[in-house]
Amino acid sequence: MGLPPFAAFLEEHRLPVFRFLVAAVGPNAAEDCFQETFLSALRAYPRLRPDSNLRAWILTIATRKAVDHGRRVSRTAVPVAEVPERPAPERPDGEPELWRAVAELPPKQRAAVVHRYVLDLPYAEVAAALGVSEEAARAAAMEGRRKLRAALEATR
Amino acid sequence: MSEIRGLRLGRAEEEAGARRAADGVLRAAAAGGLVDVGYAEVDSPFGPLLVATTRRGLVRLAYPNETPDDVLQELADEVSPRVLESRDMTAEVSRELQEYFEGDRRRFQVSIDWRLVRGFAERVLRATARIPFGRVTTYKEIAGRAGNDRASRAAGNALGSNPIPIVVPCHRVLHTGGGLGGYTGGLERKEFLLTLEGALGG
Repeated sequence: MGLPPFAAFLEEHRLPVFRFLVAAVGPNAAEDCFQETFLSALRAYPRLRPDSNLRAWILTIATRKAVDHGRRVSRTAVPVAEVPERPAPERPDGEPELWRAVAELPPKQRAAVVHRYVLDLPYAEVAAALGVSEEAARAAAMEGRRKLRAALEATR
Repeated sequence: MSEIRGLRLGRAEEEAGARRAADGVLRAAAAGGLVDVGYAEVDSPFGPLLVATTRRGLVRLAYPNETPDDVLQELADEVSPRVLESRDMTAEVSRELQEYFEGDRRRFQVSIDWRLVRGFAERVLRATARIPFGRVTTYKEIAGRAGNDRASRAAGNALGSNPIPIVVPCHRVLHTGGGLGGYTGGLERKEFLLTLEGALGG
């Protein structure tokens, strides 16, 4: 048996990928990044080896899209512009300071923090998604977390 | 620092967002020509049929007793793993099937992709596709049209594993003695289709 039909692959991974992107690029940009992620995957899919780790693969693509998006945004606007202007209605207890602080992290640190602390991925998978060593992934996540904490404390 | 978890949406919102985003992928994939096999469910008197189409035409039709996941996996293995739901790619066959079941269509015009069959089986099924609405023939006769009139058993096997029943009308092939013969979809389905076509006296 080869690769699963793309429909099944999409169904299995849509939730973690969406969850990652919401945290990494904000709810507003998440849908566009999601589409770019899965379209890139679909283009490359037939050439993928059937024994590939599909979750690691799609999270790697999503991470690249999130980092690219972060760089685009930081070139064209102040990071704050990425923060949702108002929390969605279903989330009255949203924490605007947290979203803002995360949006201000450099894209790779942001991705590392989200993989580690929102998706609870082990460092080996964070490293794979970021395309860096495990040591570098650990350093990025920790540095990101340190900055987040400092930013949040400053607002309180 | 557990408050980082606050970066998640509520469950329902997350689920709805992911579903909306996945639907967006389906639309963009179809628009970008990235779907090699498009599938959909079509209502029928037998329950939902699964139809699958490639750029060449209809490649597979599955009765409800087949597990959709297995059928899609078979298509991924045999045709391409770029298998996605597509209302657009299946619109023509869906409309023709609906018309057929309503008695408004005697001939399917949708093009067929024969790539799931080869050799003698392909010749048998291509000959079967030419049997007109309302008419029947025999295993022996169809084996002859496929080039070997002594191979009625092999012809029966080919018909029994027809990947595109109904549209490639294997139900129109009967035993030489006049018995209904077999049918992968179940004999009562064969009878239903032949009655719909007025091919069974009664």
